[in-house]
Amino acid sequence: MGPQTPPGSARAMIDIVDLHKTFAGNKVLTGINLTVPAGSTCVILGGSGSGKTVLMKHMIGLLKPDSGKVIIDGQDIVPMSVEGLQQVRRSFGMVFQAAALFDSMTVFENVAFPLRQHTTLSEDEIRVQVRKRLDLMGLKREVEGRFPADLSGGMRKRVGLARAVVLDPKVVLYDEPTTGLDPITTDSVDDMILTAQKELGVTSVVISHDIASAFNVANQIAFLSKGVIVEHGSPEQLRESQHPAVQVFLQTWFGKN
Amino acid sequence: MTTETPSKPNRFTGAFSQSVEGLGKGIIDVVSSIGGVVALGLDVFRWSVRRPFRLQNLFTQLDFVGVGSIFIVGLTGTFTGMVFALQTSTAFALFDAESLVGPTVALTLTRELASVFAALMVTMRAGSAMCTELGTMRVTEQVDALETMAVNPVQYLLVPRVLAGLFMVPALTMLFNTTGMTGAYIVAVFGLGISPGTFLSRTQQWMAPADVYEGLIKGAIFGLSVALICCFKGYNASGGAKGVGQATTEAMVSSALAIFILDFIVGMLMH
Repeated sequence: MGPQTPPGSARAMIDIVDLHKTFAGNKVLTGINLTVPAGSTCVILGGSGSGKTVLMKHMIGLLKPDSGKVIIDGQDIVPMSVEGLQQVRRSFGMVFQAAALFDSMTVFENVAFPLRQHTTLSEDEIRVQVRKRLDLMGLKREVEGRFPADLSGGMRKRVGLARAVVLDPKVVLYDEPTTGLDPITTDSVDDMILTAQKELGVTSVVISHDIASAFNVANQIAFLSKGVIVEHGSPEQLRESQHPAVQVFLQTWFGKN
Repeated sequence: MTTETPSKPNRFTGAFSQSVEGLGKGIIDVVSSIGGVVALGLDVFRWSVRRPFRLQNLFTQLDFVGVGSIFIVGLTGTFTGMVFALQTSTAFALFDAESLVGPTVALTLTRELASVFAALMVTMRAGSAMCTELGTMRVTEQVDALETMAVNPVQYLLVPRVLAGLFMVPALTMLFNTTGMTGAYIVAVFGLGISPGTFLSRTQQWMAPADVYEGLIKGAIFGLSVALICCFKGYNASGGAKGVGQATTEAMVSSALAIFILDFIVGMLMH
């Protein structure tokens, strides 16, 4: 299963304009420009310390930039108040590197959590919604009552995605989804990202340094180096890039020839 | 000799400047921590009066902080009252004033000991758990996850814990008063042979409701402070398991110090 090309629409779901961020004199983002069309999967590729996670945290309003705009579905979220951001965040789902499931809750309760917080659904309706998402992620009924500590890394990621999509978000952010996983589990996480795009039509942004996974799931790849996007295009375009930083990075996977 | 002489003042200056630097850094850390706790307190207040009100979370914390501490606070109270009665009776026996054992224990417990001990017990039992749980949630990105799900972590995690501290420490202070006086009565009446009538009437004669209120007000202040300090340290923990351990140690030390310092300040203001 390869990435599905989003149906012809060029509407930007995420539009980042000239984004700058400095931490204690250390310039982390130095003029990021990036547009992610609705319904597509964009992988932000880059080495450790290139500013990928900082960029993602700006997309969901966890960090405020020094300057620049972060436009989500036509609204600039930078000047927004806490209340405004809370509203915008309801259209986001996020899958964390270590899944960030609540230890004290079962799998069912974790996935049901956003529904209980933001909807007035009955317990029966919540059960239907939770099971629908768990089925979509290929998780069997018997995991519902388990605690996160009893799950494997891949299963935790699946539960994390089920929780992230339970409110039908417009955008799903994935923070290093394949880091620390074996090749087979990595493949299943890639499938999970593709399923979310295909079945739910969400716009996905994946932060990664896993080249194979990036080429598996991306409609477009943005390459981040030293706080700036140096290359942005389809996986094929990135493969042909002449930018030295991109070439060095890709050679680690594709080899020097 | 000639080569050592010039190095002496340098070594002294170096050690002196290091001490001054260390002292300055310590003062800055303390002041910034106090500022952080106060700012968090204001944030907690702001979020506690806004919808949604998660009563189930509040009751869970009231149960954990309050109901869960009943046994340990009751036991500590009983033995504190017993030992206090025993020690004061020895001193009062020197001038035939054993009848003052009851009021002495009562005044000491209600004004001072009950609130201080109840707050210390809550710090050790519930405060440490609060700090560790919040710290673990912070370093495993569970706090960030709440935020990305449009759930304010201060409102969801901190408000119920701080309110539980504020409401339950005064309640536990009252329990400490009760069990402490029961312990003192048992020792005084059954152990030392003081008549029950003397014990009770003298206590009634010397004690006023204001003494109990003073302890309860102190309990509320200590409960609020301890919960805020433990939440602040846990919520801002960083650096994995080691960071959480360090945050919990700091929370315990800071809470205990805060209880004793605030006890003096509040006591001074009330008298």
